[in-house]
Amino acid sequence: MEKVPKNALVIGGGIAGIQAALDLADMGIHVDMVEKKPCIGGRMAQLDKTFPTNDCSICILAPKLSECYRHPNITLYSYSEVQKVEGSVGNFSAEILKHARYIKEDACINCGLCVEKCPMRVEDEFDRELRRRRAIYIYYLQGVPAIMTIDKEKCLWFTKNACRICEKTCEREAIDFEQEDQIIKLENIGSIIVATGYSLIEDIDKEVLKNYGYGKFRNVVSALEFERLESASGPQEGHIKRFSDGKTPKKIAFLQCIGSRSDRVEKYCSSICCMYTTKEAMIAYEHDNELESYVFYIDMRAGGKGFQSFLRRGKAEYNIKYIKSKIAQITVDEKENPIIVYEDLDNGKITQLKVDMVVLATCIVPPQGIENLAEVLGIELNDYNFIKTTPYIPIETSKNGIFTCGCVHEPMDIPRSVAEASGAAARAAEVIKGG
Amino acid sequence: MPENKGIKKKVRENDEEVRVGIFVCHCGSNIGGVIDCKKLAEDVSTFPNVAYTEDNLYTCSENGLASIKKAIEEHNLNRVVVASCTPRTHEPLFRECISEAGLNPYLFDFVNIRDQCTWVHMKFPEEAYNKAKDLIKMGAAKAVKLEPLDMIMVDINPAALIIGGGIAGMSAALNLSRQGFKTYIVEKEDKLGGRLNSLHKLFPYDIDATEFVGKIINNVQNAQNLEVITSSRVINIEGFIGNYEVEIDQNGNIHKLEVGAIIVAVGSSLLNPEGLFGYDGLKRITQYELESKLKNKDLNAKEVVMIQCAGSRNDERPYCSSVCCMTALKNALTIKELNPDIHVTILFRDLYTPGTSYEEYYRKAREQGVLFVKYDEDRMPNVEENQVKVFNEYIGDEMIITYDLLVLSTPLVANSDNKDLAQLLKVPLEANGFFLEAHVKLRPNDFATDGVYIGGSAKWPVDITETISQGYAAASRASTILSHETIEVEGATSILPEHNKNLCTGCEVCIKVCPYNAIKKNENDEIEIIQALCKGCGLCAATCTNKALVIRHFTDDQILSEIYAYGGE
Repeated sequence: MEKVPKNALVIGGGIAGIQAALDLADMGIHVDMVEKKPCIGGRMAQLDKTFPTNDCSICILAPKLSECYRHPNITLYSYSEVQKVEGSVGNFSAEILKHARYIKEDACINCGLCVEKCPMRVEDEFDRELRRRRAIYIYYLQGVPAIMTIDKEKCLWFTKNACRICEKTCEREAIDFEQEDQIIKLENIGSIIVATGYSLIEDIDKEVLKNYGYGKFRNVVSALEFERLESASGPQEGHIKRFSDGKTPKKIAFLQCIGSRSDRVEKYCSSICCMYTTKEAMIAYEHDNELESYVFYIDMRAGGKGFQSFLRRGKAEYNIKYIKSKIAQITVDEKENPIIVYEDLDNGKITQLKVDMVVLATCIVPPQGIENLAEVLGIELNDYNFIKTTPYIPIETSKNGIFTCGCVHEPMDIPRSVAEASGAAARAAEVIKGG
Repeated sequence: MPENKGIKKKVRENDEEVRVGIFVCHCGSNIGGVIDCKKLAEDVSTFPNVAYTEDNLYTCSENGLASIKKAIEEHNLNRVVVASCTPRTHEPLFRECISEAGLNPYLFDFVNIRDQCTWVHMKFPEEAYNKAKDLIKMGAAKAVKLEPLDMIMVDINPAALIIGGGIAGMSAALNLSRQGFKTYIVEKEDKLGGRLNSLHKLFPYDIDATEFVGKIINNVQNAQNLEVITSSRVINIEGFIGNYEVEIDQNGNIHKLEVGAIIVAVGSSLLNPEGLFGYDGLKRITQYELESKLKNKDLNAKEVVMIQCAGSRNDERPYCSSVCCMTALKNALTIKELNPDIHVTILFRDLYTPGTSYEEYYRKAREQGVLFVKYDEDRMPNVEENQVKVFNEYIGDEMIITYDLLVLSTPLVANSDNKDLAQLLKVPLEANGFFLEAHVKLRPNDFATDGVYIGGSAKWPVDITETISQGYAAASRASTILSHETIEVEGATSILPEHNKNLCTGCEVCIKVCPYNAIKKNENDEIEIIQALCKGCGLCAATCTNKALVIRHFTDDQILSEIYAYGGE
């Protein structure tokens, strides 16, 4: 009797999860991919460009999203969460909670008619709440699967028993208010890969950013917000403007290690901020050649391939000044221009600088809900609540047959996440083919 | 490649009327921020045979692709032109898209209006617009002449060769052999282990390097399907993806191996420190020399000074070697553990300890009393016989630090023989001599050449943790090929059509110019092109004096149609 081939379960549909799934699928192994959000793509989909090549992020990601969605060996469960995992290496089973979108997935063609008519305005999570979407929405413009979702918490039908305009508008009869959450049972799983990425400090604790004026002054934004402002599909359609007066900033301060390498917040280094800050400053300069950028840093950490030359280019061609410093205080003047008071560590002097805008490189933290997922999977977390891995084998978790990759176990950049994803796929394949 | 979901088999390409659809992509603001894509899509609708045009914010998004398929269906299109970013990343996607709609994937032409128009002519939007329009005109004209082609099927030999028996190569080999593939490791030295053999402890968990690598070597030696060939090097590689024939020289004995995929895991070398900061190998040594002193418990120093970035992050070697800061911390902590009274000072520029455990390690070193002094690239430390003078901007003065042992943190450098191996594999190196991967972001362990993969510090200096995951990654990439009995490869290749055979004079110039060794003379003394090896570069056809060779998808007729569309006949 021939053995039924085992499947792999990939949790998380960001670039790491996608790469792991694609590798496994291309090896002929069936993959069930579970993504919590309505669309796959993860953080990379939110980025404007990527260092050190400044490739447009969504442009290089989009082909992977399509490939993942259409691959005959990948079954995608978006808007879904893993609730229960049983069994052990070579033979796991899992229970998936698939949230109701209130949309017939095979009928919706993402024409957008319903969105135009929906009267409810809701803060847009994907755009870091810098603009508003409707209660019926696609998670992001290039999102995959390219179908709508109804936000139950905000929809007038679910909150006030009224409206249902979308239903009347939809020519494809794709709206289904009767849809219910589903429990899906997945059996025959040989191996599991956890790639649920990261959250940012502002997602879990905005208070610690108050010292830096975040949430207090309108012209102080976080780096991911700035990324959305730079993006052509973002809330300002790629024209960076101050929130106070809509003016284009001519002088931007980028503050590093916000919440990282800190005794008060997180002790570790977020690894990617030095590089993305330089990239963000470069892109902003490309938008406006009169821009001056100031990067306030402790150590410039640029060890990856081509990273040092990237910094050199930043200094030489993009008007970026790097100041080794400690930030003392941020205030604003009467025109809401931020003023940064800092100790220049190259000369020991206390200095101040007035700028038009401040961008905070905020700390990467373990993804929200990690404790729960770790418990479901029976894997350990480390002192920082990232997934604990075997020394020197960063893709092995504490449980046999469960692997991990990307920022869920340590802050890292995209190339390393992609390499680890392939590495995790190799190990999962070893379990599945060998067992 | 697996079959496509819901592939429709409709043969539209032989319809008499050629109907071209043109899709102009905004690529967000990359194109749309410089030129008016909507207008462009309208303007190009008047070109010959164009039946449909539209513009999309992102043609490559699921929406954009659905829109192409819908237009093929509704407007009965049998040729598709996408004007957008670059075929380098996106051509396969659009080809697959039209093939899902029932068209042969080669009835597609890519017009690059991002890299070639709105990026390079960013400051001249009007000219960029006109050039984009001209390029689309040419693309549409070529599209009319396109012919359907079949992909070429290649058999796969499910065996792998790993070049290099260090930690990257061993990780890859263990994984592939456990996946069930016959695996060979070719190692230059007489034993496995690579750089790890000469290290003392491993950061950040301070375990014994020899013990660690010993376990892995043991696993390799006991693995099934895994053969290790030491004291040997690769001297010749013939063939192509799935079918490589490799010659190995082991102390003068020649072995021949047949494999389907190759992984490069040759690691890196140590910089020759001669001439750096008064290096003498005695009182002024490298971290690696210190490491063996510590390993042999042979340290007689009271005042140790370490200099970071010794020979790196300068004009000659403009990169950060990424492992030296951690190595310095490790050795500093080892010294402090031996004797807390020994002074250790680290002169650094930017301390590189990214992530969680490395930053912790840095804190630990400071807690243990290791002293850190920043120096600037413009004012390098001045090493004298018993002291180092270093300008510290913070105190605004020169510091004088005495030493009885000076340790240089020198970078890892590319192996000097990478060039030879690169030539054998027909893969590129980057400016510092490390191997160059297919794409730094999304294909970190692939080469542009299919069937050849890379992991570890042969690509760029990386620590052991990353080296191991890259070793596995390379194995994964190789397995995506080795797991199949056959795969499809590019169909746009060079051919000698039957009706052109009388044109061939047998001069063999094509054989000489082919960079892929894809052309040979067969037993009948006729020119034969090995289709799986041919990359369709066109050198042979361009050189052939009698125009006997034809590059499919780039025929004279197709190329001339583009030129005529631009400049008139």
